Amino acid sequence: MATVIELIGVSKVYGKGKNQVPVLDDINLKVDEGEFVAVLGPSGSGKTTLMNILGLIDTPTSGSYIFEGKPVSELKDRELAKIRNRKIGFVFQSFNLIPDLDALENVELPLIYAGVKPAERQTRAAELLDLVGLSDRTRHRPSEMSGGQQQRVAIARALAADPPLILADEPTGNLDSRSGAEVMNILESLNGSGKTVILITHDREIAARAKRKIEIRDGKIVRDERVKD
Amino acid sequence: MPFSAYIKMALRSITRKKMRSFLTMLGVIIGVASVITLVSITQGTASQIEENIKSLGANLIAVNITGRGPANSLTYEEFQELSSKNPFIDNAAPVSTARLKAVYRGESMDVNITGTNEAYAAIRNLIIARGRFFTTDDVRLRRSVAVIGSTAAEELFGSTNPLGQEIRVKNRIFEVIGVLAPKGNTIGGSEDEIILIPITVACTLTGRSGINQIYMQAGSPEVVQPAIDHLTSELLKKFRGDEDSFRIFDQTQVLETVQQTTGAMSAMLGGIAAISLLVGGIGIMNIMLVSITERTKEIGIRKALGATKQDILLQFLIESIILSGSGGVFGVLSGFAAAYALKSALGISVKFAPPFVILAFSFSLLVGVFFGLYPASRAAGLNPVEALRYE
Ligand SMILES: Nc1ncnc2c1ncn2[C@@H]1O[C@H](COP(=O)(O)OP(=O)(O)OP(=O)(O)O)[C@@H](O)[C@H]1O
Ligand SMILES: [Mg+2]
Repeated sequence: MATVIELIGVSKVYGKGKNQVPVLDDINLKVDEGEFVAVLGPSGSGKTTLMNILGLIDTPTSGSYIFEGKPVSELKDRELAKIRNRKIGFVFQSFNLIPDLDALENVELPLIYAGVKPAERQTRAAELLDLVGLSDRTRHRPSEMSGGQQQRVAIARALAADPPLILADEPTGNLDSRSGAEVMNILESLNGSGKTVILITHDREIAARAKRKIEIRDGKIVRDERVKD
Repeated sequence: MPFSAYIKMALRSITRKKMRSFLTMLGVIIGVASVITLVSITQGTASQIEENIKSLGANLIAVNITGRGPANSLTYEEFQELSSKNPFIDNAAPVSTARLKAVYRGESMDVNITGTNEAYAAIRNLIIARGRFFTTDDVRLRRSVAVIGSTAAEELFGSTNPLGQEIRVKNRIFEVIGVLAPKGNTIGGSEDEIILIPITVACTLTGRSGINQIYMQAGSPEVVQPAIDHLTSELLKKFRGDEDSFRIFDQTQVLETVQQTTGAMSAMLGGIAAISLLVGGIGIMNIMLVSITERTKEIGIRKALGATKQDILLQFLIESIILSGSGGVFGVLSGFAAAYALKSALGISVKFAPPFVILAFSFSLLVGVFFGLYPASRAAGLNPVEALRYE
């Protein structure tokens, strides 16, 4: 299987001078196409920071990140934007929906930047909202939805452009165990159809459904095990 | 990303905050509207003045006598000599004006009594609405006849037909033989509030021999200059070389002066317009900066989902251009409306100059580009994670 992601000695330090906070410390990680990885770790251990780097919205302080064989530091804005748009579906821990747009329009966003035509965009967005069980909420704005519903809109948006890599930062954090299980079903079936999935979770039960578990503590990978094959 | 998507996004964010968008546009609206209004009025007034001047005729020469000391006017005989000696002159009319009371059956009004000759009507393009103008004989035989302006006719006679009626000026009775068609207001005051009488009568009536103005018509436009030269040398003889005793105008001179004045006024208005549009532009920049700060997180989200720097730049630039451009459109429309309102309320003549409309509108678009560029490029340069973390 081809390698999708490769981190070599990646560190991330926030702040300057005396206030320097090391958040990620010499991370080495390789993820192949079709893997289903769960990232575990206590709060503040650096999981979100790692995910942001993987999602190309943050840059490491040192070390290198190779995405599909290309060193990310050498990519131009246009190429980075294209990878974010077509290759990666990002589910944010804090949803990050645009408050002025309704559920359907939020899901359409990646498709707008992908240049998909309006009619096609809307059909696709409606299908995805249906998939996450929100077909009756398409015209609701984020402020008119519960946390769990917003999270499901965020998942639908991540899937909109049909990206081969899904990065999900605690996608079940705001859901009850039943909806959480449904989201896991979706992610599992996506993985089953060949997509690579990296998922952050606090929930050991959910992590148990992944094929590989990585544990982070104080910015270091302390455990990396393949559960099943 | 298709261009229509940027426009849709921009329209969305403009209509989302209607009041704010309107206030932002207001700067540009006022700027453009004032240019359109002021330019329309200037152009309207200028073209009316030009028309008035041109209606005097291309061959017209006007002489104002101011004189010096006792010799401050010409006698009728001097006028006759001056015009008959000048080989380039076809026609000449003297003017001697006094403000006197005219009475008709107890109705009286103060009016400009102008003494002139039979050539006056033709030279000044007067239209006789009723009756006739006076003849050479009327002037030569000193007949007490009068041709009255339309306002004077209304005020003195009301609905009575003035023709054949008698009016009294000082102690003399005049028979009304003609009524002039209305001429409207001109630079020199109302030409309708006037009573014309033969110059020969006027001289004895007022006791003054004073001809203070002469209108002459040259044979053709080509001989206007020789006619003026001839006239100048004659008048210099009469006033002993004093050049300040008289002034000679012809149409080209007056037109030039008017056109110079209009040009200067247009330039000044252009300057005012530029300043007010600049102020409007700064307003747009200010609001764009505020709106970008408010939407920092949105920009982060868009970038994380695949927006390029160019996408963000264009989104905000187009928003700014639409703001200022529609400000320009509304400005042009309200400028037209204001100009029309002034026209109907004050009777000012207005003229719409398409080049100015296009100029004002494209300037407003330019303002949008110029003042939108900095905020938009700031938005485009935002770092995605930092933007996402912004609350
Ligand atoms: N912009 C920043 N400036 C300074 N420190 C930061 C910044 N962003 C994150 N940190 C710090 O980095 C550390 C890791 O943060 P991160 O969000 O990656 O944690 P996490 O593992 O995702 O935690 P959680 O499970 O609570 O989401 C935290 O200690 C946090 O305080
Ligand atoms: Mg986190």
